[in-house]
Amino acid sequence: MTTLGVASVVIYGAMFIVPGDPATLLVGGSKPNPEALAAVRRQFHLDDPFWQSYLRWLSGAVRGDFGVSLVYRSPVSDLIASRALTTILLVAYAAIVIVIAGVGLGVLAAWKEKRAGVVITMATTVMMGAPTFVMAVIFVAVFATGLGWFPVFGAGSGLTDRLWHLTLPAFALAFSWIAYVAQVTRAAVRDEIRSEHVDTAHARGVPERLILRRHVLRNASGPILTVSGLTVAGLFAGTAVAEQAFGINGIGALLVESAAKQDLAIVQAISLVLVAAFVVVNMLVDLCNALLDPRAAGRAAR
Amino acid sequence: MSALLSIDRLRVELPAAKKGMRTVIHDVSLDVQAGEAVGLVGESGSGKSMTTRAVMRLLPEGARLSGEIRFDGISIPGMDRRALRRWRATRVGMIFQDPRAHINPVRTIGDFLFEGVMLDGRLSTSQARERISHLMRAVGIADVDRRLNQYPHELSGGLLQRVMIAAALTTEPELLLADEPTTALDVTTQEEVIAIIDELRRERGLAMLFITHDLDLAAAVCGRIAVMYAGSIVEEQKADALGLATSHPYTKGLLAARPELGRRERRLQTIEGRPISAFEVGDGCAFATRCPRVRDRCRQERPAPTQVPGGRVACHFIDFIDAAAGSPAVGSGGGTR
Amino acid sequence: MSVLQVAPKPDSREITSWGARFDGPTTVACVIVVVFTLAAVFAPVIAPYDPTQVDPSAVYQGPSVAHLLGTDNTGRDILSRLLHGARSSLLGPAIVVLIAAVVGTVIAVSAAWIGGRFDAFVSRALDVIFAFPGLILAIVAVAVIGPGLLAPAAALSISYIPYIARVLRTAAIRQRNLPYIAALEVQGFGAVAICVRHLVPNLLPLLIVQATVSYGYALLDLSAISFLGLGTQPPTPEWGLMVANGQSSIIAGHVEQSLYAGLTILVAVVAFNVLGQGLAKAFMGDDR
Repeated sequence: MTTLGVASVVIYGAMFIVPGDPATLLVGGSKPNPEALAAVRRQFHLDDPFWQSYLRWLSGAVRGDFGVSLVYRSPVSDLIASRALTTILLVAYAAIVIVIAGVGLGVLAAWKEKRAGVVITMATTVMMGAPTFVMAVIFVAVFATGLGWFPVFGAGSGLTDRLWHLTLPAFALAFSWIAYVAQVTRAAVRDEIRSEHVDTAHARGVPERLILRRHVLRNASGPILTVSGLTVAGLFAGTAVAEQAFGINGIGALLVESAAKQDLAIVQAISLVLVAAFVVVNMLVDLCNALLDPRAAGRAAR
Repeated sequence: MSALLSIDRLRVELPAAKKGMRTVIHDVSLDVQAGEAVGLVGESGSGKSMTTRAVMRLLPEGARLSGEIRFDGISIPGMDRRALRRWRATRVGMIFQDPRAHINPVRTIGDFLFEGVMLDGRLSTSQARERISHLMRAVGIADVDRRLNQYPHELSGGLLQRVMIAAALTTEPELLLADEPTTALDVTTQEEVIAIIDELRRERGLAMLFITHDLDLAAAVCGRIAVMYAGSIVEEQKADALGLATSHPYTKGLLAARPELGRRERRLQTIEGRPISAFEVGDGCAFATRCPRVRDRCRQERPAPTQVPGGRVACHFIDFIDAAAGSPAVGSGGGTR
Repeated sequence: MSVLQVAPKPDSREITSWGARFDGPTTVACVIVVVFTLAAVFAPVIAPYDPTQVDPSAVYQGPSVAHLLGTDNTGRDILSRLLHGARSSLLGPAIVVLIAAVVGTVIAVSAAWIGGRFDAFVSRALDVIFAFPGLILAIVAVAVIGPGLLAPAAALSISYIPYIARVLRTAAIRQRNLPYIAALEVQGFGAVAICVRHLVPNLLPLLIVQATVSYGYALLDLSAISFLGLGTQPPTPEWGLMVANGQSSIIAGHVEQSLYAGLTILVAVVAFNVLGQGLAKAFMGDDR
C-alpha cells in the first residue's frame, strides 16, 4: 500500500519536478496558444497547490476517472478500457507459459542434476540475457515470416484467433522470465532435496515420486511462488515492449505512444494502473505464501 | 546364529573438495544380533554417523562403498530400489539427531506418522490410527488427537523427538538405528527420551544400533559397545567390561576424561593432541598420533583386532596395557538410569 | 556426561592465483566484455564505414568482403553501426550503474552505521523503489523530460539503487558488528574515516559483483527503451534502435540488421551476467 501511495505521488509529481510550466508540458508542441494553456490549467487544476491538485487527481483515479487525453481528445479511462482485455490476455498467456515451463525446467534440473541439470543451467543463463524485443525479432523471423506458422502483427479477434496472434508475443515476453523462474526453482528444489527431512523420508522408504511431491515441491513452493508472482507483476511492465514489437494495440503500446507524444494524462493513468497491478499481484503472493507455510501463518496470527 | 545386522569390512570414501576421494570409514566390522543393543561411540567426525548412513544407504552422492552390509542375510548395498524401499519401510526404523530438521516443517505431525504406516500397506486406516495413538501414548504424548493436527514448530524439541521415536516404531521394525537421538535436546529431556527408547526397545525385543558420543549413556542402554576413532573401530567390548585392564588406550583416555560428581579435580583430564580424521590416518594405527604408549610399530602397521575376554581390541600392545592400572568400569556410577 | 570435544576444523582454504579461480565461462565472458569495451573506444578507428553514411545503391546487401555483416535498408554498413553503437549502448548503462553504485553505497553504509529508525526508513524506501518497475519509471521520465538517453538513464539510476544498496547494507551491518570496527572506534577514529578507509574497501568485492550484474540488466533495459523509440534518437547508432529499425525489413526477408544487433545485445548481457557470477565465485567462493 505504501508503494502504491508513493508511486502515485511520484507519477503525478513528476511533471512538477521538471523546470518550466507543467501546462506547457501537458499541451505539448512547441508553440502553445494561451487559450489551450488556460484550458489545460483548468482541467488539471494547476493553479491550485500541489497537494490539492494531486488529491483531486487521485480521488478521480480511484473512481476510474483519469481525465481527458489531450492527444486523443477522449477520456483516458475509455482509451485504457478498450485495450485492457488484450493486455490482460497477453499477461495471462505469458504467465501460464512462464510458470509451466519455468517450474518444469527448474524441477527437472534439480531432480536430474547430473544429466539435465547442466544443460538447463547453461540454457537458462543465456535465456536470462535475451530481451523481449530481441526474442520478438527472432520469433518473427523464424516462426512468422520463415515458417509462416503465426501471424506477424496484430492481436486478432475472437478468442482462438487472439490466442493464436498472441502466441509469439507471449513467448517472447515469457522467454527470459522462464529462465529466471527456472533458476530460482532449481535452487529451491535443490535445497529441499538436500534437506534433512527428505533424508528421513528416504530412510522411511517413501517412494521417490511421493518424496518429490509431498516433501520437496510442497516445501519449495514458497520461494517458487514468490518469484512467480514477482515475475507476473513484472510482466505488466514488459507488455510495453512486447506489444510495441508485435504491433498489438494494448495498454503497453498505448503507454509507449503516449510517452513519445508526451501525453501525460495517459502516461500517468497507465503507470498507476500497472503499478497497482504489480502491487496487487505481490500482495496475493504474500497471502498465498502465508496460507502455504504453517509457520508463517502462525507468526501472522500471533 | 547369524547376526540380524552384519557389517563386514565396510569402507566408505567420499569425494574430496578438490579432487580424489577421502576415506571416512576404514574396514569397519560390527554385528548386531536380533534383540541386542549395540552402542557405537566416538567423537564428532569419527565416522559413526556415516556408518549408519551407509547401513541406511543414505550416503551423499558420489560416495564409494566397499565391503558388505547384510540384514538378515540379505546384502543391503545389493538391493534394488524396490527391495531397498520395502526394507526401509518395514524392517528398520531410524531416529535422527535433530528432530526439528528431520521432520518436514510444513506437514502436520499426523501426516508424518501416517505416511510411514500407510506406505507399509498392511494396515487399514483405522488400524493405523489405533497403532499411532497407542504409540503416541507409549512415548508419553498425552492429547494425541490435538497433537496429530499440529505442525512441528508448535511442539518442543523433546516432544518432537518422541514423535520421531513413535514414527520409527509404527511399522514394527526389527532394527532401530538411533543416531545421537538426544544430542539436540535439553539435558533434562535427554534422560526422558533415552528412558523411552530403552523401555520400548526392551518391551518389543528390538535390535538397536545406538550412536552417541557419550560413553556412559551408551553403557547404560547397550549390552555391547564399539568405540570408533578416525574411521576405525578400535575396540568392541561388553558394556560392563569396558575400561578393564584389556581396554584400548583411547577408551581408557575417554574414561579418564570423564568428570565425576562429588569429586573435585583441579583440571579435567584430556587426551593430548588433536582428534584426526579418517583420511589423515596413514598406514599405522589411527590413534598413534595421540597414544601415550605409542611405539614405532604403531606408526607403521595398522593393528588387527585381537580377541580379548569379552570382545576385540585393535592394538599391538594389549599386553603392555595390561600392566597398567585398570580404570573403574563404566556404568558403575550411572546405575540410576 | 560427555567430555569429548568437537574437533576444530582445520582451515583448508587455499589461496590460489586469480587465473586459476576463473573458470572457463567466466574467462570467455571477461574477454567478451574487454572486446566490446575496446570496440566502443576505438570505433572511429576500426569501423570500415561512417555509420550514418547512406548509400542508396547498396541497400540490403548480404555479407561480403566490402560489408562483412551486410548493409541495412538505407545502405549503411551494419558492422560499422554495431561498432559505433557500442558507444551509446555501453555508455548508458555505465552511467546508470555508476550513479546507482555511488548513491547505493552511501545509503547502505550510512544505514548500516546509523541504524535504528534511519535504517528502518531506508529499508522501507528501498523496498518501495524495488517494487516500482524500472521500465515504467523510465517511460514516465521520458514523458516528462522528453526522449533521449538522459531521462531513462536518470530514471534507471534510481531503479537500480536497491539492487546495490540492499545487498551492501546487509554486508555492511555484518562488518559493522565485527570487532575490528569497534577497535578502530576505541582508538578514536571518526565514523566517516572508518567507513571510507575500512568499511567500504571491505565491501568492494560485493559492490563490484552487484555492479557487474546490474550493468547487464541496465544495458538490457536501456536498449529496450531505445527499441521503443524513447531512448537514444536516430540517426545515432544504438543496438536497441537498430533492432527496431530493422524490424520492418524482416517481413521482406532481410533479418540481418535486427538479428545482429539483437544478438550483440544478448551476448553483452549474458557476458556481464556470467562475469558477475564468476567474480562472485572468485571473491566469495559462492558456488550457487
